[in-house]
Amino acid sequence: MTEPRLIEISPVTRVEGHGKVTIHLDRDNNVEEARLHIVEFRGFERFIRGRLLWEVPVIVQRLCGICPVSHHLAAAKAMDQIVGVDVLPPTAEKMRRLMHYGQVMQSHVLHFFHLSAPDLLFGFDAPAARRNIFEVLKENPELGRRAVMMRKFGQDVIEATAGKKIHGTGAIPGGINRNLPIAMRDRFLTQIDEMQDWAQDALKLARDYTLDHADLVKSFGAFPSSHMSLVREKDGALDLYHGVMRAIDAQGEPIISGLNYNDYHTVLTEDVRSWSYMKFPFIQALGPVDGWYRVGPLSRMNTAAFIDTPLANLAHKELRNATGGLPNHTTLTTHWARMIEVLHCVEKIRELLNDDDLQGSDLVAKGDRRHEGVGVIEAPRGNLIHHYKVDENDQVTFCNLIVSTTHNNEGMNRAVKDVAVKHLSGQEKITEGMLNHIEVAIRAYDPCLSCATHALGQMPLQVELFDANGGLLDTAAQSA
Amino acid sequence: MSDTGFTFTIDGLPVQAKPGQTIMEAADDAGVYIPRLCDHEGLRHQGGCRVCTVKASGRSVAACTQPATPDLVVENESEHINSMRRDLVEMLFHEGNHLCPICEASGNCELQAMAYRLDMTQPTKFPYLEPCRALDASHPDIALDTNRCISCGRCIRASQDVDGKGIFGYVGRGIHRRVAVNGVDLAHTDAAVTDDAISADVCPVGCIIRKRVGFSKPIGSREFDDGLIGQKIESKRK
Repeated sequence: MTEPRLIEISPVTRVEGHGKVTIHLDRDNNVEEARLHIVEFRGFERFIRGRLLWEVPVIVQRLCGICPVSHHLAAAKAMDQIVGVDVLPPTAEKMRRLMHYGQVMQSHVLHFFHLSAPDLLFGFDAPAARRNIFEVLKENPELGRRAVMMRKFGQDVIEATAGKKIHGTGAIPGGINRNLPIAMRDRFLTQIDEMQDWAQDALKLARDYTLDHADLVKSFGAFPSSHMSLVREKDGALDLYHGVMRAIDAQGEPIISGLNYNDYHTVLTEDVRSWSYMKFPFIQALGPVDGWYRVGPLSRMNTAAFIDTPLANLAHKELRNATGGLPNHTTLTTHWARMIEVLHCVEKIRELLNDDDLQGSDLVAKGDRRHEGVGVIEAPRGNLIHHYKVDENDQVTFCNLIVSTTHNNEGMNRAVKDVAVKHLSGQEKITEGMLNHIEVAIRAYDPCLSCATHALGQMPLQVELFDANGGLLDTAAQSA
Repeated sequence: MSDTGFTFTIDGLPVQAKPGQTIMEAADDAGVYIPRLCDHEGLRHQGGCRVCTVKASGRSVAACTQPATPDLVVENESEHINSMRRDLVEMLFHEGNHLCPICEASGNCELQAMAYRLDMTQPTKFPYLEPCRALDASHPDIALDTNRCISCGRCIRASQDVDGKGIFGYVGRGIHRRVAVNGVDLAHTDAAVTDDAISADVCPVGCIIRKRVGFSKPIGSREFDDGLIGQKIESKRK
């Protein structure tokens, strides 16, 4: 028997933003509690108040340097509603879609190759000094080169549509501020075949890993849950840019179906807890205990009826067949799902590049002003909700952001605990490799911790003081 | 005074001037750019920002108000003078909240462009004053974010001298001096988006905002996207 221990993994590495994990072990080395803490605070919901409505898509994208486009577009969609525009001109809608597919592609590639591939290629227990992109480049230069070039392609698409690779200004309320010049379109078309080949190879890599490690995948951070995403309104297809809300339970039965996302607040509620800056959303119909759900690539594979691009659709069918058509709850399968989406994005980019609407000149629509708008998009990490109210002076009076990582808060914590119990319980000596297992589980969700923390004034923050034996000495709480 | 033109030099270059011209006016005609922020074509000269400071026969003067004289020897683009200009521009950044990444004037902003021209890669020397002034968005077509004001007074002169309205004026003294409207707020003035004072190029920064046009000009086609401030004047000189 040993003394109770508190193990801290801080910071969690190869994720976007800053977080830490705490694990309490009792005297018998059993895991009592394991939690993911988000230790940074952003507060965009508060300081966007008072700013002018057309500034919002440009300001809020500064939440993130990895997927700013998702915030840019979600905010722009909300502002479309506020300026009274429900249907964008085709050029504007397609330019925004092109931007978004470029964004999802480059973000997924970054995640898979740069952040997660070291774990998958070298093993979760590999020496820490090996688990990085440089070792991937050394071990497999061609794979590393493709990772860099695929990411570059996605970023070039973003630059062509938003003006900059990071933090551009393309989407404006009611439309877009540019179209796609023919020379730029032709340049992308010369690269698209290669991108598709590479996306298929990357998909095979992720698929083979998942199927070859079936036992690990089934036992690693695998637990039943509900799943939620947007799907295309008319037929339930995967749609990363626009759609209606759909949520299914662990058996695949619908909980939310065909819901206009303007009404998200009628089905979702956000809970706060004392030990995290991140909120815990749940589905109201199921209550705060059972109403948690997951979002992201794997959830989208579970909620979508099919994918409307042929190659990705075949891959989607294969992934669904792996669980007999039932929802897939295994955290590590997210990498496979993510690579299906990369292929889908490449197919969609090709489709759009061949569409003359991208060279249209009708860029902005106008309508009658409203005071409230909701924009929802499927960001790389999952469903992203932006909700604003704007007064008659064009100033924001209210902002609520539910980002993908926030949706996944409970899921990530469950994955952390699941892996901690399975890999740490009963172990007297805890190795760095064991702790990396927990990071691998978090990483699979590709969390963006810097996007997720805005609950200023809503959170009863609590500080707990433990003695060397893990006994609770004191608590201090700040009421909401 | 004779109507005959005369010659003086700027950084050793002979420059032709007409009687009554300031150093800056003659320099502009000759294709020599002297940096400036408070001066604007069509408005009376003010000599306020001092970014146009040059050495004229050894004396520091504001080029926008100092008359050119025959045989004057002007020093403009020396490291010493540009270093002082950089300090002045840096102080403007520190006095206000100039968050270029989220400002709709970015790419069209003269302050930002001047910082680039003067190689001000990052402000470092002075403490930020971080003003917290309320945004005045009361007018249906115009908003005023005085956290971005550099007190150049261009809007004041344009409103008084061109529009004949006197919408804007200074309030406060010393470091507290700032531009304000002659009314409770913009909605209680007779400001109109068609006023010269409100036009896109009178305010050199993002302080006077014409509503609902922000970010409509794509990156790449904004005023300073493809060149340094002053390039248009310099292009006159081959």
